[in-house]
This record gives sequence, C-alpha cells and structure tokens, in this order.
Amino acid sequence: MAQMTMIQAITDALRTELKNDDNVLVFGEDVGKNGGVFRATEGLQKEFGEERVFDTPLAESGIGGLSIGLALQGYRPVPEIQFFGFVYEVIDSISGQMARMRYRHGGHHSSAITVRSPFGGGVATPELHADSLEGLMAQQPGLKVVIPSTPYDAKGLLISAIRDNDPVIYLEHMKLYRSFRGEVPEEEYTIELGKADVKREGKDITLIAYGAMVHTCLKAAEELEKDGIDAEVIDLMTISPLDIETIIESVKKTNRAVVVQEAQRQAGIAAQVVSEIQERAILHLEAPVFRVTAPDTVYAFAAAESVWLPNHKDVIDKVKQAMDY
Amino acid sequence: MKLVLENVENQFEVFQILNEDGKLVNEKDMPDLSDEELQELMKRMVYTRILDQRSIALNRQGRLGFYAPTAGQEASQLGSHFALEKEDFILPGYRDVPQLIWHGLPLYQAFLFSKGHFHGNQMPEGVHALSPQIIIGAQYVQAAGVGLGMKMRGKKAVAITYTGDGGTSQGDFYEGINFAGAYQANCIFIVQNNGFAISVPRDKQTKAKTLAQKAVAAGIEGIQVDGMDVLAVYAATKKARERAINGDGPMLIETLTYRYGPHTMAGDDPTRYRTSEMDSEWEKKDPLVRFRKFLESKKLWTEEDENKVIEQAKEDIRDAIKKADSYPKQKVTELIGNMYDKLPANLEEQMEEYKAKESK
Repeated sequence: MAQMTMIQAITDALRTELKNDDNVLVFGEDVGKNGGVFRATEGLQKEFGEERVFDTPLAESGIGGLSIGLALQGYRPVPEIQFFGFVYEVIDSISGQMARMRYRHGGHHSSAITVRSPFGGGVATPELHADSLEGLMAQQPGLKVVIPSTPYDAKGLLISAIRDNDPVIYLEHMKLYRSFRGEVPEEEYTIELGKADVKREGKDITLIAYGAMVHTCLKAAEELEKDGIDAEVIDLMTISPLDIETIIESVKKTNRAVVVQEAQRQAGIAAQVVSEIQERAILHLEAPVFRVTAPDTVYAFAAAESVWLPNHKDVIDKVKQAMDY
Repeated sequence: MKLVLENVENQFEVFQILNEDGKLVNEKDMPDLSDEELQELMKRMVYTRILDQRSIALNRQGRLGFYAPTAGQEASQLGSHFALEKEDFILPGYRDVPQLIWHGLPLYQAFLFSKGHFHGNQMPEGVHALSPQIIIGAQYVQAAGVGLGMKMRGKKAVAITYTGDGGTSQGDFYEGINFAGAYQANCIFIVQNNGFAISVPRDKQTKAKTLAQKAVAAGIEGIQVDGMDVLAVYAATKKARERAINGDGPMLIETLTYRYGPHTMAGDDPTRYRTSEMDSEWEKKDPLVRFRKFLESKKLWTEEDENKVIEQAKEDIRDAIKKADSYPKQKVTELIGNMYDKLPANLEEQMEEYKAKESK
C-alpha cells in the first residue's frame, strides 16, 4: 500500500481507467501538457498520448457539449471544469442535456460522463473558485453527485464514477488535495456510489457531513469525547442519491443528529437530509435535527474565510444544543 | 490602420444553381444527380409540404402537440439531408423533424414526439440522430463532440446540425463551430436563416451582413446559399461532407429561406410582424415551384407524379396518426425506468410506490 495525497489518488484512478478502457478520455483547460492546474492529470498525456488526454479551448459550455457528443460516439469522457464556480457556464450541458439524455431518448442514448471539478474553501482563492454548488447538481434528476474526503475514497469513488453508465459530478475539495496522506492500494478497487461511510462510530449523536466538513466533524468528535459525548460521524461520499439506510440506522441508534455542510444554509443538501430523517425517524428523535452551515451570503472574500466558513467549534456548539435540548 | 469589414463581407456571395424560374444559372456547380435522384428529391419536398399542411391541421384538431411549421424550408432541410449517408449523425433543432423522418424515423414516432411521448425519441436501430433539440444552440456544441468522435474513430461520416438565424446569437453557436474548428472535427453546421426568430427580424440579431461570415470567427469555411434552391443546398452540403470526411474540417452553411407558417402552433401570429407582401414575395421563390419547373423542363415530373406523392403522403399520415393515437400511454414506472442504467435507491423506492399505484 502506498501513502498518497488525495490529488495523487485521483491521478492514480485516472491512470487506472485510462489503462483499463480505451474509451476513457480526459480533457479540459490545461489538463494536457500542463498536467492540470492542481497536477491532477500530471504525466497522463505523456503516458497515454494526446488522443486520450487533451486540452480544450477555454469554454466550459463547449467542454460540456464536447463530452456529450463524444459519449454519443461510445467514448467515456472525463472532462474537467477548472473550478466549479465556472459551472454556471455549463449548466445547460450538464443539467439540461447530459442528465436527461437517457430519459429523453427512452434509453436509446446515454451520457457515460464523469465531470471532475475542484471546489471548496479555506485556501484563499479568488472569487468564484471555492463556492459550494453541489446543491444545484443534487437537484437535477439524472445526475449522481460524489464528494470524497480521503485519498482512499477518492480513488475508489472515481473509478466507480468513470465506470458508471450515467453522468456523475465528481467534486474535489481543494483544501483536501494535499492536506494529508492516506493509505491507498496500488491495485484497482471501487467504492459503490450512493453509499455512505461511517468514519467514526458513536452512540450519542450522529454527525452527517461530506467534503472538508467530514474532517471538521471528526475534530469536533475528538473534543466532544473529552466532554463525554460519543459522536458518530457519517461521511455521505455520494450526496445524490443519499444513502438513507445508513443515515436512518445511525439516527435510530443515537436519537440525535446534526447535518454539517460548508455551503450556505439555503444551499447544499443539508435540508434534504433533515427532511428524510424527519419523515423516516421522527419517533426516534430526542431533539430537532440541527444544521451547521455557512451564512446565507455570497461566498466570503478571501480574507473573511476564517470567520465565515463553518468550523469544528460551530459543530460542537450545535451538538451541545442538541444534547441539552 | 487597415479596416477590412467590407472586404470580408463581400467574400460571401449567395450560391445559387436554379433561379426562381427554375432555370439553371450555374451549370458548373450542377451536382451529379441521376434522373431518379432528382425525382426522389422532388418527391420528398412535396411529401414534406403535405406533411406540414396535415400537421398544422392535426395540431388544430388537438391530435398533435408541439409543432414548428416547415413549409418554405423544404429545399434547405431536404436538400441538405439528401447529401448525407446513413452513417451520418443528425443533431436537429426543434423545426428539423423532416430530416429525421427521411433519415429513418418512422412517421408515427415523429407524431409521438409532437404529442410528448418518449417512444417518439427512441431512434430505431441504425438511425443515427438525436431527438429535436429545444435548447437553441445546444445541438451545436454537441455536434462538435460527435464530429470529433467520428474523426477519432476514423469514420468516414459527419455530424450535421441545424439552427436558425436567431440561434446564431447564442454562445453555444460560436463555441460549437470554434471547437469543431480547433479539432478539425467532421461537422457540418447549417444555419437556416428564415428571416425571423419568432417575431424578431434577422437584422435585430446582428449587424453582420451575412450569417455565413460568422464562420470567420472560428477560422472555418462558410458559405451563403439560396435556401429555396434545393440543388444549391444539396451541392453545398455535399461539398461540406467531402471536405469533412477528408479531414479538412467543418463548414458553416447559411441557407436563405423562409417559413410560410407561424413560428410554432402555440399561438404565434405572424401577421403581427410580417406583411402579406413579404409572404407573397417569398412565395414566388417557393422551392417546390422552381424545382418543379426545372424537372418539367427536363420531362422528369408531371402533375400525375405529384398527385401520386400527395396521395401517398396523405395515406401514410393517416396511418401514422392512427398508430400514434393508439400507442400505449406512458406510465410513471416507465419514466423512472428510463432515468438510469441502474436505478439509485430513491428511484427504487419510488418505482415500488408507482408500481403499486399502477396496479390498482
């Protein structure tokens, strides 16, 4: 087993699938010779050639359309949108087109496309780089939305995403790219899409999170332990569709839950999780299901990130509120 | 400082083979078509004119749903389609149902598309096409991808796509032709300039003198064609296809045409924005009239031939609408079933709910 950062695990997954399947194509702005603005595609063009890994003109909508057309010719495109804040340029190709392709044609065409894109705060990026827009994608029938939080998950989920015969939006949190290393098997393996992972078992309260907030929750759980509160941390990994079974099973055990997201309160998918819990487990709840989120403003100016982004203290406060309810 | 707009715009002359009187005015570009092929072209245009008249009537009776009239655009739609091969892939706009039909989509399925039934979009095996695109411009960026895919697969085939004059203002229009140009993809981009985007005249879309010259922005070939002249449209598309499959990249073809009917049958009233003089001026240019004269002069077409086609069309349409009317109604479980290759948990659950509902 190798120690890898998340970005290395992503490159490894891309390499694995480029090797496995001649139909896999990797393209986007600066992903070729340059190896990507974060080095996610480092060395891939050299290894697999310009036919498989190539640069595109600077136009997100065109990249989306290109992916759809290539999929119609039997390819398995893995396009990159340089930062997910730029998704607005390509919303039609994603939500208006590839998500609907199979349904529109009664199963006669499909879009086996994996859209990779970085997002997420805490690294002082300029405007519209860090925004959490996964909520927009999660509302579109026909898509699956995947957000890994560890190098191990990143590789297994990306391989699954690429092999999926329907479009998958695969969002990579920039702060997690190189913040730590984890054990990643060198051989290929998959992690089923639509399944959550219990990152920490606990019996007093369920913390449900994804992306960077998984680590925020784990940190909060460590501190809560000192106060005698045993928190269970669920990493959703796929935010659409949700793994209802794992969520409900945990809530029925702990009887309390807090949903934690980096996105604004009116965005993200926390409201959806709360709603599923109240419909399916209300009689098991000792307290309302609370949410920890960013405030409902436009994403913070870089220098204001530290006061704006939700952190482990926000999680601890909310957990205590739920425990003392 | 050198300003060149006039020089650029003068590069785009209208390409014509038959004039309004059906006279051959450009013999050197006359396409190499057999007598039977010429007759087949006429047959398709007459058939499609009848299809348009019947579709409007059926729409008014409530037996069809969404319908975008095609009368006037037969040369543009069918002349370009006639230059294609079976393996070519069509990405049509919402007005481009005739091309799909002549590419192999059964008529009753075209009617199901109009009525809003998914079976209308289930292309039969070997019919390489998407269903009509409603988002104006989306078909252009997708065509770039299909054309690149064909090039990478080494196929001697093209992706052809259609939009209108209004559609040339969209970002996806420019991105599509630019991507195809950058990759030298196997694409033919057709702009059917019928003078109006709903009520907005073509000169409100752009100050550019031609739409064909927009190809210059992508660094690809562009040509403006008399879109009421079926032979000119055919010849231009044929040329574009040859270039594309030989690796010479995409081409943009602007066809100057007209729609005699409203924008769609959803309440559009063309008398608000078009004069009857304008209509009659374009009726003089009718693609059927001039091609009929041309074929008659060559003794290749008679009134009897025409009536035979009309009767055949009417009969086919009667059968097709009957089949469409009696086609099984859609169920929610079918809609759910068409969403994914493998249903996710939320849809598994909803599938069970609707199965129970439907079995009541």
